[in-house]
Amino acid sequence: MKNKTVDCDILIIGGGMAGCGAAWEARYWSRNSKIVLVDKANIDRSGAVAMGLSAINTYMGMRWGENTPEDFVNYVKNDLMGIIRDDLVYDVARHVDSSVHLFDEWGLPIMKDKNGHYLREGKWQIMIHGESYKAIIAEAAKKSASEIYNRVMITHLIKDTNNKIAGAVGFDVRDGAFYLFKSKAVIVSAGGASQIYRPRSSREGAGRTWYPHWASGSAYGLLIEAGATMTMMEARFSVPRYKDGYGPVGAWQLLLKAKQTNALGQDSFELHKEEIRRSFNGKMGYADVVPTPTNLRVLSSLMELKAGRGPIYMHTENVLTKENEELGWEDFLDMTISQALVWAGQNVDPMKEPSEILPSEPYAMGSHATENGAWASGPADLSSSFKNEERGKSYFWGYNRMSTIDGLFVAGDACGASPHKFSSGSFTEGRIAAKSAVKYLIDHGSEHPQIESNMIEQVKDNLYEPMERYNKNKHEITAGKVSPDMMWYDQGLARLQKLMDEYVAGWGSWYTTNEVMLNKALKLIKMLKEDFVNYAAAEDYHQLLRVWELWHRILTAESIVVHMLYRKETRWPGYYIRSDFPAIDDSGWRVFVNSRYDSKTQSWETFTVPVIDLVVRK
Amino acid sequence: MPTFVYASKCSGCGDCVDICPSDIIHFDRKSRKAYNIEPDACWECFNCIKVCARQAVDVRGYADFVPMGASISVTRDDRKNVIDWNIMYRNGTRKKFSFQIRTTEWGSIKPPSEYPQAKIGEDENLSLEPEKLYVDSLPRLKVRKIEE
Ligand SMILES: Cc1cc2nc3c(=O)[nH]c(=O)nc-3n(C[C@H](O)[C@H](O)[C@H](O)COP(=O)(O)OP(=O)(O)OC[C@H]3O[C@@H](n4cnc5c(N)ncnc54)[C@H](O)[C@@H]3O)c2cc1C
Ligand code: SF4
Ligand code: SF4
Repeated sequence: MKNKTVDCDILIIGGGMAGCGAAWEARYWSRNSKIVLVDKANIDRSGAVAMGLSAINTYMGMRWGENTPEDFVNYVKNDLMGIIRDDLVYDVARHVDSSVHLFDEWGLPIMKDKNGHYLREGKWQIMIHGESYKAIIAEAAKKSASEIYNRVMITHLIKDTNNKIAGAVGFDVRDGAFYLFKSKAVIVSAGGASQIYRPRSSREGAGRTWYPHWASGSAYGLLIEAGATMTMMEARFSVPRYKDGYGPVGAWQLLLKAKQTNALGQDSFELHKEEIRRSFNGKMGYADVVPTPTNLRVLSSLMELKAGRGPIYMHTENVLTKENEELGWEDFLDMTISQALVWAGQNVDPMKEPSEILPSEPYAMGSHATENGAWASGPADLSSSFKNEERGKSYFWGYNRMSTIDGLFVAGDACGASPHKFSSGSFTEGRIAAKSAVKYLIDHGSEHPQIESNMIEQVKDNLYEPMERYNKNKHEITAGKVSPDMMWYDQGLARLQKLMDEYVAGWGSWYTTNEVMLNKALKLIKMLKEDFVNYAAAEDYHQLLRVWELWHRILTAESIVVHMLYRKETRWPGYYIRSDFPAIDDSGWRVFVNSRYDSKTQSWETFTVPVIDLVVRK
Repeated sequence: MPTFVYASKCSGCGDCVDICPSDIIHFDRKSRKAYNIEPDACWECFNCIKVCARQAVDVRGYADFVPMGASISVTRDDRKNVIDWNIMYRNGTRKKFSFQIRTTEWGSIKPPSEYPQAKIGEDENLSLEPEKLYVDSLPRLKVRKIEE
């Protein structure tokens, strides 16, 4: 097997929206440093934007006086039921317009209204012809990075003897070559996590989830194992989407103004508003804010489904006409082609009949209407007054978007407590993290990370062990994949998805759980981890990729369970309900839940950090 | 089975293998032609279909919820910068759509190193800010003093 060592100044793990933004910004501020971008796929079409998008969901439009970052912080805080880092969200909002203006200049087609302004889908969203969104952004990254390694899967972060970041290891998914990347500054931008819960689609269709199959939770797995403090992992969420195809709903609701109702034509939220107000209004009156928080809308749909008044319909037939038909179809063809195929296959004419909407299986991510990820330092001008001796409880320790580990930065789905970034905000956060990584390099350039070479050998043995196990045991059975000594990735994944669905508030248990169920899940996850260590098997490098994706998913799942156990309230009832604490508790729990994993003892430390309201609430 | 490859059309060029974000289009050892090795990990992102110059890759909608007979074909032209979609319903209804995919030539992005470099100081401006924000200066927030 080939061994490759790559020395870098800045290593970027994951070349999606955030990673490409990081490459661009790092090169702008540092002309001579070696910037290396590594991705398990091909960055021309990788990450959540691989297919394309039909909208940019975060754009202030400050040049036309459309919105201010303050308004944005207020909106996002309501949507997340009161818990966000104002400093991080404000920071993304004040910079995001410059990213979008760059996209425009680079050639991303943005639709315009009659005044020549970007065409608004909603208050924060603008419409694009985004089939090539990712390919365009990747071109900018390729013109920025010194070297790009496509098809290299990163499995572990490497720290030096002083607990500072020193790089990462991984392997080429095609020829199996072992890679050691040595770097003083590392930016993790490896995206969110799908497939940790049993998807609604089954068998052949199991790859059709809302967030892509390749969103493997690597960002979380890597950060958790390295001992970075994580935040808000309990706030994993589900999205209401067109049933089966997971077609997006944004343009239909906001631009085309289609209404959603139950089977009887009634508005679910209006039916349940009183009840929702009673348990979930909190001190800030969440049931009455406009727009209604995403999770409360989802809750009302779930209540109607449970009451037997489903399905929930999107009434396309009342808004779609020959004139705007193209817009509706483009929404799917740009970012969820399967939904168009569902309509064509089931003979659905959206101008004549409504389509069903269903809340999805849960996902972990940090850039959409939720906030899973690493706890990071904020920008100096906003956050430096809120210091604590412990980084895990502080808002600031010198470098914007640095995790609690020296030299290790996070952006996009990897950065927690910083929701509603979407594509443009993730790119922007990548830029923020990269500028800050350049500053870190300037300050720490003369230090030399000490890496223990036997530690690298150990990690390497561990990395390829599933293939050795397969080669050792393959002749024990006649054929097939049932063996007392081996566990293939799909078998481990099925076990994870089943237990998460049944005990950790998946769709199969109506998004409901309690302490007993969560403890059972923890017990089963512990066994799954042991089985991974002792039985994981891979026949080839593609399966080895899947095996390590599974490991990252398992760690992501475990952190979710630990966090859900710790938070003794129900804060986002549309995302999950703790039946033993079935209401919101603003006086006890309007706080961040943070955690740190110790990989040696396999134990978790969990604690809370206060929410500081920087922006005055309107 | 999400995507599949027509045996008679595939030349074995490898473009689809190179692009698939899920790493599931591989070569069959015997025929040296491409095929989907893991249909249940396919997102139907159509990237393999868009890159195949021989139109050898196609999609048959997911078995668990798409009845047979419908199809979606696509041609992406990166010189004219348009994409053409052709949708055929199970009942024969057809829909055609064309969209622009880019407003500039491929390869035309000016690299960050060709811009004059600002000095990396204490301010919070990112590259090309505040100019690229098209407002006078980067917004700042008056941080309130918090009594703990
Ligand atoms: C169906 C859908 C619709 C959406 N709609 C919109 C919309 O309309 N507007 C909008 O603005 N946003 C939308 N989004 C959200 C947007 O796509 C995400 O917010 C954004 O892509 C997150 O950026 P990221 O860089 O964190 O992750 P990603 O863009 O997903 O990038 C992660 C990268 O990391 C790589 N990677 C992962 N693990 C590893 C590993 N172990 N080693 C090496 N590389 C790795 C991946 O290959 C990938 O390139 C949508 C997303 C989806 C899925
Ligand atoms: S791109 Fe087309 S011709 Fe080339 S290997 Fe793939 S299917 Fe065959
Ligand atoms: S449609 Fe996308 S995920 Fe499926 S095989 Fe093609 S490139 Fe891969």
